[in-house]
Amino acid sequence: MLERIRRPLVQLGHKFVEGVWRVGVMARFFVLVLAASGTSFSRFRLVMREVYFVGVLSLVIIAVSGLFVGMVLGLQGFETLQRYGAQESIGMLVALSLVRELGPVVSALLFASRAGSAITAEIGLMKATEQLTAMDMMAVSPMARVIAPRFWAGVISLPLLAAIFSAMGVFGGYLVGVVLIGVDSGAFWAQMQAAVDFRYDVLNGVIKSMAFAVAVSVIATFEGFDAPPTAEGVSRATTRTVVSSALTILSLDLVLTAFMLRADD
Amino acid sequence: MERTTIDLWFGAFVSVGFAALLILALKVGNLGAEGQKETYRVEARFDNIGGLKVRAPVKSAGVLVGRVQEMHFDNERFQASVTLALDKRFQFPKDTSASILTSGLLGEVYVGLDAGGDDKKLADGDRITLTQSAVVLERLIGQFLFSKAQEEPAKK
Repeated sequence: MLERIRRPLVQLGHKFVEGVWRVGVMARFFVLVLAASGTSFSRFRLVMREVYFVGVLSLVIIAVSGLFVGMVLGLQGFETLQRYGAQESIGMLVALSLVRELGPVVSALLFASRAGSAITAEIGLMKATEQLTAMDMMAVSPMARVIAPRFWAGVISLPLLAAIFSAMGVFGGYLVGVVLIGVDSGAFWAQMQAAVDFRYDVLNGVIKSMAFAVAVSVIATFEGFDAPPTAEGVSRATTRTVVSSALTILSLDLVLTAFMLRADD
Repeated sequence: MERTTIDLWFGAFVSVGFAALLILALKVGNLGAEGQKETYRVEARFDNIGGLKVRAPVKSAGVLVGRVQEMHFDNERFQASVTLALDKRFQFPKDTSASILTSGLLGEVYVGLDAGGDDKKLADGDRITLTQSAVVLERLIGQFLFSKAQEEPAKK
């Protein structure tokens, strides 16, 4: 009887300790990556190559998603705003929700699933096929040569992708609001410009996406580096990257938003 | 240094990203309309500022001339002290009056400036003495009901 109660408790405790352990190791890993970042900047070509893979190749999905999100926001916003006779505020609604929240968050989620999972799988497979060990043998630090460039590529790419997402979203809102529904174009832009503040809205959005970029890049590289060197291990690490990135992004968003709103008024 | 297609892609990606940021700053945001323009600060005391917020617009004749920079409660006079940052390009006479207005019934609260006739102009750190407080709708309704109730017996 006692054994029956004990077993699940032990398992639960083990899972919890395991989670705490992972967080600690991830923090140490983060410091190691930063310490090994010198090579990434002295040989910037390494980072550029990775930016091509994680940033440039994500452009299409980010731009198209941004356009659609903006269009949906325009349609939904119009539906509600029209009841109060405030259709002109549609520009303000689309721009504020994109710049403050949706731009950084949705592009970070897309980035985690499009690029983060790829980084994890690549590093995990390099580890499984012992390429990382081989590098170590040749006195080439895999931290400096493989991990750090991918980390910095993520940090550079995501804020730019978030900006592109928001800009495309505003354009989508313009297409639906002005071209399709026929809201006055002047009022659309004027209300938007009156409501969106550069420092409080745009810059805070950029700060948010930078925080997400660091979080997603650390998680993606760490999960790859930490993956068990088997086919199953790599697949699980990839899944874990997407899941824990998504959770981290959303919870980090809550914390950052709380700080930014407090500072606002 | 030899060039590769990666360089081209990287350059294109970074330019597109910064172009998007620039669009957000200038076209979507208000950086182009009112960036770091030179301002001078003027103080005004109100009995009641209603729903005025920091960064609310200051308008004269309906045109934006500045923004509310700071506001606090003056514990000696029991009034609200509001600091307005006005655009240097617009100089107002010393006897300009400030009032707290609302655009439309549900619109945003702003500070309206009505220019006076004084030759001297407001300078940095000056105070606007003529002020008119915000209209509190509840009080207005209360007054209306009160006057209605007073009228009723007179008719009989």
